[in-house]
Amino acid sequence: MANENENIKIVENATCTFCGCVCDDMELHVDLNEKRITKAKNACVLGRAWFAEHTIEDAPAAMIDGEEVSVDEAIEEAAQTLVNAKFPITYGLSDTTCEAQRQAVAISDYIKGNIDTTTSVCHGPSGLAFQGVGESTSTLGEVKNRADLVIYWGGNPAESHPRHFGRYAVTAKGMFTPNGKKDRTVVLVDVRKTKSAPVADILIRPFPGKDFEVLWALRALVKGSKLSSNIEEETGVPLETLSDLAERMKNCRFGVLFFGMGLTMTRGRHFNSGALLALTTDLNKYTHFVAMPVRGHGNVTGADNVVSWQTGYPFGVNFSRGYPRFNPGEFTTVDTLSNGDADAALIIASDPASNFPKKAIEHLKNIPVITLDTKNTHTTKLSHVAFRTATYGINTTGTVYRMDDVPITLRPAFDSPFPDDETILTSIKKRVHELVLAKHYAGGASGEAKVAAINPL
Amino acid sequence: MADKMMLIPGRTSKQGTSLNQGKFKDEYKEVTSTLEMNKDDMDKRGLVDGDKVRMWNEIGETIVSCIGKKTEDLSAGLLFIPYGPPSSQLMASDTAGTGMPLSKHMMVEIEKVK
Amino acid sequence: MSASMRIVNGKVYDPTNNVDGEIKEICIENGKIADSVSDEASIIDAQGMVIMPGGIDIHCHIAGPKVNSARKLQPEDHRHDVHPGTPFTRSGSGGTTPSTFATGYRYAALGYTTAMEAAVSPIGARHTLEEFHDTPIIDKGFYVLLGNNIFLQNLIREKRMEEFDQAVAWWVSSTKAYAVKLVNPGGDEPWKGKRNSNVSDIDEKTDDDLSPRQIIEAFIKTVNKQGYPHPPHIHCNNLGHSGNYRTTLETMKTAGDMRAHIAHIQFHSYGGELGKNPISKAAEIAEYINSHPNITCDVGQVMFGKSTIMTADAPLAYVLKGHSKGKWVNVDTECESGCGILPFTYQEHIYMHTLQWAIGLELFLLSEDPWRIILSTDHPNGGSFMAYPKLIKLLMDEKFRHEEMKRVNQKALLKCSLPELKREYTLNEIAIITRAGPAKALGLKSKGHLGAGADADITIYDVMDDKEMMFSTPRYVIKSGHLIIENHEFKTDFTGKLLHIAPEYDKKIEEVVQPFFENYYSIEFSNYAVDDRYLHDHEIIQTGINKV
Repeated sequence: MANENENIKIVENATCTFCGCVCDDMELHVDLNEKRITKAKNACVLGRAWFAEHTIEDAPAAMIDGEEVSVDEAIEEAAQTLVNAKFPITYGLSDTTCEAQRQAVAISDYIKGNIDTTTSVCHGPSGLAFQGVGESTSTLGEVKNRADLVIYWGGNPAESHPRHFGRYAVTAKGMFTPNGKKDRTVVLVDVRKTKSAPVADILIRPFPGKDFEVLWALRALVKGSKLSSNIEEETGVPLETLSDLAERMKNCRFGVLFFGMGLTMTRGRHFNSGALLALTTDLNKYTHFVAMPVRGHGNVTGADNVVSWQTGYPFGVNFSRGYPRFNPGEFTTVDTLSNGDADAALIIASDPASNFPKKAIEHLKNIPVITLDTKNTHTTKLSHVAFRTATYGINTTGTVYRMDDVPITLRPAFDSPFPDDETILTSIKKRVHELVLAKHYAGGASGEAKVAAINPL
Repeated sequence: MADKMMLIPGRTSKQGTSLNQGKFKDEYKEVTSTLEMNKDDMDKRGLVDGDKVRMWNEIGETIVSCIGKKTEDLSAGLLFIPYGPPSSQLMASDTAGTGMPLSKHMMVEIEKVK
Repeated sequence: MSASMRIVNGKVYDPTNNVDGEIKEICIENGKIADSVSDEASIIDAQGMVIMPGGIDIHCHIAGPKVNSARKLQPEDHRHDVHPGTPFTRSGSGGTTPSTFATGYRYAALGYTTAMEAAVSPIGARHTLEEFHDTPIIDKGFYVLLGNNIFLQNLIREKRMEEFDQAVAWWVSSTKAYAVKLVNPGGDEPWKGKRNSNVSDIDEKTDDDLSPRQIIEAFIKTVNKQGYPHPPHIHCNNLGHSGNYRTTLETMKTAGDMRAHIAHIQFHSYGGELGKNPISKAAEIAEYINSHPNITCDVGQVMFGKSTIMTADAPLAYVLKGHSKGKWVNVDTECESGCGILPFTYQEHIYMHTLQWAIGLELFLLSEDPWRIILSTDHPNGGSFMAYPKLIKLLMDEKFRHEEMKRVNQKALLKCSLPELKREYTLNEIAIITRAGPAKALGLKSKGHLGAGADADITIYDVMDDKEMMFSTPRYVIKSGHLIIENHEFKTDFTGKLLHIAPEYDKKIEEVVQPFFENYYSIEFSNYAVDDRYLHDHEIIQTGINKV
């Protein structure tokens, strides 16, 4: 007998945004009285934790220097801080909606600041490689339907993307893969044996830091070059293993190379990603082959897309000259912090104080920081202005992009008393724009705005 | 024992679930300060599961507890830790002009904490 | 709130209403052209100036997953062409794949007020709509890719044509598209499933026992039957190959006397033998179009210099990559589509490029009906939309054309009739190929003209001898009755609206599509259709009026 005070709502086809799999088949059971999700059907262990743990916490919506203030006061302080800084940076954005990301870019544009996303410490190197080499890729449904050779390189999906195997790439059954795993060969390349190993038919274990050499050797073998057997001494992988892999790659019907942080975060960085992308491109001479970076956060792909469409560049963008400039290593956040360039920071849905290099964290402690986050983190603790916001996909709707660029609309479960990121950022943007215009007019411009004519030639 | 070992920080399920609970809660702190080490390397240093070790390099240091792994899973000379504030202490900030600091494969030294 | 305005003393070119250079007053009220306005209306004195409706780009690539990939691919392209912000306009970057804000502002700065994104896969429609919302000033719509949609192809093969009709309507409605697009119909499956092969003949049946012609015919029939404002927009098979003009003629013949639009037809007008250098068949193609009033096309003119190839014709992009040996992007989209992207440069000394350039001009100059051979460069495939003023000069100024011909590959000029063509386009004809013609082909009754009730999208140019200069820098641009550009300067920001159609369909068709979807797509069926949140300011153009 149902308790008449019970108030359960079921949300079907909701989306989990914990990792880049962005599974949109969640069935959420929501207790509207207690404002929490009691069950998340279809979610993996990470998703279940994501849904269960994002409840409404009893905490102030806005704080300045650790003291509770009204949201309006906090917005004013945030806007003033940003407008008065000489090198304000914006960072984070991978765990929020595209609607919010767009406001963040607008703010950075108006204050002539710097904008970067967690991409720079995730698959930024793959983005750099993309700019050099390009990429043959596909959406995940193509992998499900067609891939008969699946290679994971430098990642551990069993722990980072638990449903990847089942929903998309290994056991998933598709149009030309009706038998699921039986229709596929799975290869795992990693420097250690992880929980993903059981899924693989072939395990390849290079020495750490030698992925580039292995990928380059594969390129040579695919093109028919002869390689000496001392490749094993160099990389830890026997020539026989590499030759066998090269043959399988050339003879498969539709191959896919998924790759992760093992390539981007190690010696070589974008050279590693570039070697893999180049190998994939080479293989298209023999068969149909695609590659896909496995993105970590729910909407980091959205961040790449939004920053790219609004500025032309995916991350590491600076507006100080009045137009976007791109320079990884200079305008990326580990650098703007470690080099001491940033003198104010707006950090949205990210925790660099936990995950950044020590030198960067030290600098962060010395500048005014404005954070938007759903929970207390090391970064919110050191903030000058801290906003507690609603959680995307749980309290708010919005658009997110899956790791393969497929855009999905979120279905929220329950309301939050906290405003969402988009609302806060829009308010900050409006106030920032007002302040910037006031400065502009005060600077001697006549009654009507004197703006540079856009010269189309 | 001052030979250097290679540290690989990475994602694990437990690290992912516990960070949802909150980074100041015990489980996340415990998970991100648990170091996987090759069993033979542990034996050489007189370490058993649960022992505390100091891990350091030219950037910083951190104290973590260790747990053994077979060579089949984790080769000698390699260390694995779920990433978080402890592993960040050892990360250099030089991004070689790419924006990406070397977040894996840092060389560190280990000693048992009495 | 748009003010009332009165434009006086200007020379009006309004071909739809038979106004050819008359000095006429234009009145604007509430965002529309009006018969008259009160005396309080602000006045624009257009003495010595030419007034046209705002320009309409019937085929360009400006927003969506493919375009954004191309942006990400070419930082070097953006660096050379920065787009500074102003206190009330956003900054951006240019090149052949400008960022969204720069795209909108630059179109407006050329006097264009409407643009149609020519190819978007259904699963990517949300992305295009998001980018549209960040593309200022212009009104816009997009064509949805359905020609390689596996489910629809299955219906055609199984001859389930009533369900096919419903499914097409459902797909168009639920993605908020403006028209149906076919690209290399039948070519996707060989590319993805058969080791990168392609379809090479309109009657070639792939293993699935379906020929491109059958696909094309099915779409032409259903769209004409349902009366969409714009017919199926078709990128024919065999783009770029010598001898492909036969495929183009066969594609047009498939339409019979039903409406069809052939995209960037220049790329489909080559004679010669496969594998050898092509020759021009512009005359044959122009002749067919001239004598078949049901066919419209856009030229896809090549302009020398940098371009970006971005096309849903993935196998074509791969072939071009073989020539350029540079970076290349391929994106397969499950069950629906694909795309290929690569940087490209058209060079005057190369035979093929000169021939392409010449064939485009031939098509314009041989056209007997400028309403149906419409200006485009298939931006950015043939060249950037920023080159439109130069193209206009090439059409209007035979002396200039002659000078340009001296610099190109002379062998190629021998294989076409361009040197003999002395025609010069008049301002009226330019107004047709850039305004009135595309509006008519698109079925946009309230655009492309300056009669009462039309949208107040107006461009005012200073008359100049140098037509490239004239069309590069309009003095005034009015959008929806708002003065956007005054004396060459931006006065305000503005967000144009989305134009789309909403053909009716029987909801039961969803039950037919859903099982296929659940098996073979990787997102949930109920998350596929685009919800109304993405519409923002929008206008639904009626279907069912031009039923055949």
